Amino acid sequence: MNAIIFSALSGVAMMFTGIFTTNKSAIRNVAVIALLGLIIVNLLHSYGIFVVRVNTHSMLQFETFGLFFNTLVFAATLLFVLLSGKDVTNAGTYGAEYFALIFFVLCGVSILTCYNSLLMLFIGIEILSIPLYILTGADKRNLKSNEASLKYFLMGSFSTGILLMGITLVYGITGTFSIEAMRPAVSVGAPNYGILEPVGLLFIFIALLFKVSAAPFHFWTPDVYDGAPTVFTSFMATIVKAAGFVSFIRLFDARAIEMGISWKIILPVIIIATLLIGNITAVFQQSVKRMMAYSSIAQAGFMLFAVYVNNDMSKEGILLYTAAYSIATIGIFAILTRMKDITFDGFNGLAKKHPVLAATNAVFLLSLAGIPLTAGFFAKYYMLAAVVKENGAGALWLVIVAVLFAAVSVYYYFRVIQAMYFKEGEPEITEVSGGFKTALVMLAVLIVLIGTFPSALLNWFYF
Amino acid sequence: MSPVPVTHILFVSTALFFIGMYGLFTRRNMITMLMSVELILNSVNINFVAFNKYLYPGKLDGIFFSLFIITIAAAEAAVAIAIIINLYRSHHSIDVEDAGELKY
Repeated sequence: MNAIIFSALSGVAMMFTGIFTTNKSAIRNVAVIALLGLIIVNLLHSYGIFVVRVNTHSMLQFETFGLFFNTLVFAATLLFVLLSGKDVTNAGTYGAEYFALIFFVLCGVSILTCYNSLLMLFIGIEILSIPLYILTGADKRNLKSNEASLKYFLMGSFSTGILLMGITLVYGITGTFSIEAMRPAVSVGAPNYGILEPVGLLFIFIALLFKVSAAPFHFWTPDVYDGAPTVFTSFMATIVKAAGFVSFIRLFDARAIEMGISWKIILPVIIIATLLIGNITAVFQQSVKRMMAYSSIAQAGFMLFAVYVNNDMSKEGILLYTAAYSIATIGIFAILTRMKDITFDGFNGLAKKHPVLAATNAVFLLSLAGIPLTAGFFAKYYMLAAVVKENGAGALWLVIVAVLFAAVSVYYYFRVIQAMYFKEGEPEITEVSGGFKTALVMLAVLIVLIGTFPSALLNWFYF
Repeated sequence: MSPVPVTHILFVSTALFFIGMYGLFTRRNMITMLMSVELILNSVNINFVAFNKYLYPGKLDGIFFSLFIITIAAAEAAVAIAIIINLYRSHHSIDVEDAGELKY
């Protein structure tokens, strides 16, 4: 509750900051302070201290998992602002408003991590999406940015329509929005709509698959990620996507039994299709930004394992995955915003000219590929181990397929490393400050630390 | 005269939903596409109110939900119109075919 209220208030505060000052570094400092405050009030909530007491009528249910996820997401946003805050204020004309919209997105995230009613799911997804439509089109003069935001809007509102249709069908049958399935006593004279509830749930899942860009519904992702200003792509691909997964997991937690055995067949198909399309298409890309968009689809395939199996290990897995994937992707996109040429060739010879950038970029890419000693390895390991733990040897084929696709992903991540270290070229790069380099090195160290001691992060979760 | 059964209202709302979906996929005019989205959302509203009135008359859940949908649809429309105006300024057209900068 603290986080929801405080993030909305911070958003409003940022808008007022935009009125009183146009000094960009002052705006960034206000955003950093507000984010620190957000983390603190969220931690206070975990220890049972409330800033405001609100009776939510069990529409929201606060659990350790959701609260810890909030902390993780806010910390990732803090890293994002520290690293690319300058690009956020320079993305368009209105620096402070972009931060305000980011805070509104965080408000949506904190609703999605603790909703207990389909009404809150809908509101959370909308609070998350509408600011993103604007952020995608932040670069008003850029045609690509405009088109990306139109496309995102059309796809987003279409999936919202499907989500709502699903909610009405579930409501018609159960008479409640609570996600803890409550079958009412059959109301008098109500005909039997037996098929409607599964259909309704199917609609809701299709809408959520849209939001996390899983396979048959992924087609908007590359265009939108490519067209949006690079800073906001980094925000969308990490924080927003992870929030989509948490809302997905919450719903599956509550309704898994009702959906019965058929989901155990459909979900692996979706997972494999997502891994296949994401990885294979990423191989053929020429632009690194577009490659990262497809790779984010591929990573979504791995994150879907946390929806497929539902145990403690998969929850630890999704937390680790969020941390590892967010940190690495934020770092790569931060370097990408500094490059003049964002094709693979643009990275040629980066190691000679800017060794720090090349080395940290290599660490981030290794983490995404899941090489041991980086955070990405344990993230993938926990996901796959959770599948084996739950389903035994029967699910081994799924694990093997996933590992094979992880091997495919190594190919396109290493293309960037190869370009940086083993090719000659003159990379054109805008001015990088010492602070930026220090922040990058800190991120890389963080990735190696999580990769060496993953239990440190997870112990904190149980603390 | 017998009252209208709930199934008739469901037919209307389902028809509206699919008309909206059809419009979203076939029309190339951005304003018409926006209208199709609104059709989808309004069909859902009809559904909610009908279910509430016929099946659960004791509670107001469905009606509250439709109020939220109306509010959020308005916010969405505002953002959409802003995006469309911005595109019109650069393309001088509101046909989505003219917005072909991003090839897919």
